[in-house]
Amino acid sequence: METATKAENIKEMNNTGETLSGAEILVRSLIQEGVDTMFGYIGGAIMPVYDALYDYQKELKHYMSRHEQGATHSAQAYARLTKKPGVCFTTSGPGATNLITGLADAYLDSTPMVVITGQVPSGLLGSDAFQETNMVGLSMPVTKWNFQITKAEEIAEVMAKAFYIARTGRPGPVLIDITKDAQVQKAEYKYERCKGIRSYQPVPKLNMDEISAAAELINSAKKPMILAGQGILLSGAEQELMEFAEKTNTPVACTLLGLSSFPTDHPLYVGMLGMHGNYGPNMNTNQCDVLIAIGMRFDDRVTGDTSKYAKQAKIIHIDIDRSEHNKNIRVDVPVLADAKQALTELNKVVSGSEREEWMQSFKDYYRLEYEKVIEKQTHSSRERINMAEVIDCLSEKTNGEAVLCTDVGQHQMTSARYYKFKNPNTQVTSGGLGTMGFGMPAAIGAQIADPNATVVSVSGDGGFQMTIQELAVIRQYKLPVKSIVLNNSFLGMVRQWQDLFFEQRFSYTEMDNPDFVKIVEGYGIKAKRVSKREELQDAIQEMLDFPGAFFLEVVVETESNVLPMIAPGAAVSEMRLE
Amino acid sequence: MKEYTITVFSENNIGLLNEVTIVFSRRKINIESLTVSESEVKGISRYTIVAFMDESKVENVVLQLEKIIGVFKALYFEAEEIVHQEVALFKIANSSKLNGNLEALVRNQNAKILTVNPEFLVIEKVGYKAENQQLFNELEQYGVLQFARSGRVAVSCLQKDFTKYLKEFVA
Repeated sequence: METATKAENIKEMNNTGETLSGAEILVRSLIQEGVDTMFGYIGGAIMPVYDALYDYQKELKHYMSRHEQGATHSAQAYARLTKKPGVCFTTSGPGATNLITGLADAYLDSTPMVVITGQVPSGLLGSDAFQETNMVGLSMPVTKWNFQITKAEEIAEVMAKAFYIARTGRPGPVLIDITKDAQVQKAEYKYERCKGIRSYQPVPKLNMDEISAAAELINSAKKPMILAGQGILLSGAEQELMEFAEKTNTPVACTLLGLSSFPTDHPLYVGMLGMHGNYGPNMNTNQCDVLIAIGMRFDDRVTGDTSKYAKQAKIIHIDIDRSEHNKNIRVDVPVLADAKQALTELNKVVSGSEREEWMQSFKDYYRLEYEKVIEKQTHSSRERINMAEVIDCLSEKTNGEAVLCTDVGQHQMTSARYYKFKNPNTQVTSGGLGTMGFGMPAAIGAQIADPNATVVSVSGDGGFQMTIQELAVIRQYKLPVKSIVLNNSFLGMVRQWQDLFFEQRFSYTEMDNPDFVKIVEGYGIKAKRVSKREELQDAIQEMLDFPGAFFLEVVVETESNVLPMIAPGAAVSEMRLE
Repeated sequence: MKEYTITVFSENNIGLLNEVTIVFSRRKINIESLTVSESEVKGISRYTIVAFMDESKVENVVLQLEKIIGVFKALYFEAEEIVHQEVALFKIANSSKLNGNLEALVRNQNAKILTVNPEFLVIEKVGYKAENQQLFNELEQYGVLQFARSGRVAVSCLQKDFTKYLKEFVA
């Protein structure tokens, strides 16, 4: 078979200096960078690259999305699970602009991506040619780096740089725009991986003075608290975090994206931070004496009113991105470091003491939250099913070991609150950008990254319809993705805000939804709807036992709000339970 | 709001200027003046940016500038921490109205006449923005055809040897 022979000795072919088309150089560059999976959508300006891909089907598996946004979210989830840059291809113009949401999402959530867009021939640049958009200009605010290639000879070097930038330091998305003539031109192919860029220092040199200053605060703390962010997962510091928490006997709270960096069944785990997080960690943020923030960025959804945030505490902030220090919150000890690097050093010098009273205060808050919120939601006495019942059941039946991909809204917060994550990197969600439509295409990427995992996407009826076309990807590639839609016939989270802060003026949040089951069945995917509580357990079990893709719509209560909640502009300690 | 002079050293690449200005525009900070040209090291550009902003935000802005791939270093200064100047060029119609007074004015203001021809003459002055403005005001009686001023250029009072520092990047 010609496809096999052509690329059989790809490594050896690497440095032969042979003359290839720009498109083939690009494809070979991907292989050199260890890429074997990518997502994308063909179109005019990227056709030469797709033509080259045809010869490398054995080495590079391409998944065709049904909309470019879907491709980006799949690539994001793939990147988060594999810790390799997610790769996307699209054409110029609308194909490229459809990527912007995914790029912005990946940028805010520090997800490594290398996105390649076709572009009109270089001679037409700036002329408003057919399907020309200034992608470098458009993507600049939402990428870690971008570059436009107009000559085939630039491709290998720029691709090496793109991968280096995407995956090092604080990871992020990189966009490479390649004009069509550069794809067709011939150039000599020689690939060298990028080892450094003179104006970019991805891994800061650890300052031991900062470590000492942090250790001093930690070792004298009476009521310390750890805020664990996604930096733990990105740097693979889960073990170091565990050791640090246990050595110092410090309670651990996670940010939304930090979930699954610390096992939820660990005695030191105290819950999620932020607007819809747990009561204890939010209340105690304003009670602790030392706040140890690791790989998180004090997002406004975590801090609430910054003028009333942890004023009593000394704050240590470990982050690899220097621009995050003192950005939202003034900190006492900034530590410029990769989380793993910093924790490894700290673990050599820290110690802790008994903190019975301090730990008890978290337990007391939890009991209160349980009585006022959790029990009522997981054991609802209302007619309709509560979202929390679904997630609680899912968590139990999967033993907290599924990869959970969520969309944005009430179901997302409910999933984050009630799913008991056991293993690292098992939650994929859109945190910073809050992108509706993220969940299901993300589940596609997650399933491709880990074909043996139980991957469940949880969406609302609003978000699911934003990228519903990606069901065709599940169909085409026979992916065993389980999709749950929690249908309350409303944009639930917006409705909740209207209920609480806009005098129940439900302006344009009610949805007259289609028959989801019929639609999904149209894609050839097994689908089921439940609305009765007594059917829920069996339906979830049936979904999990089914050997292929399965869609489950659960009709849930409309009026239920996600609680507790820190109202916008309120302090963390003003969290309301009802 | 305070006036800050921000110095940025970067690669001389297409698009970097755009990335630098995005840091300001996304925070709705207006740039009063911006000068970009090659630094003492070939291939490395020096930006001098003047902008008004909150004291609490200037450090964030500078760190976000430094985060841009292609930027080596970004620094911020208050007025007393730098020595700075602007260049101004004044084009004036050459007519019988001009007399010895103009020459005296030019001399007194430490300006100089760069070009004289039958149609016009060009005066150059190097100074603070306010000084150049002052000369403009005084020249208006002779009819100023054009008045062009550069942005601010500045060197800091810091001890650091930036020439050496920048050369290390290209070494």
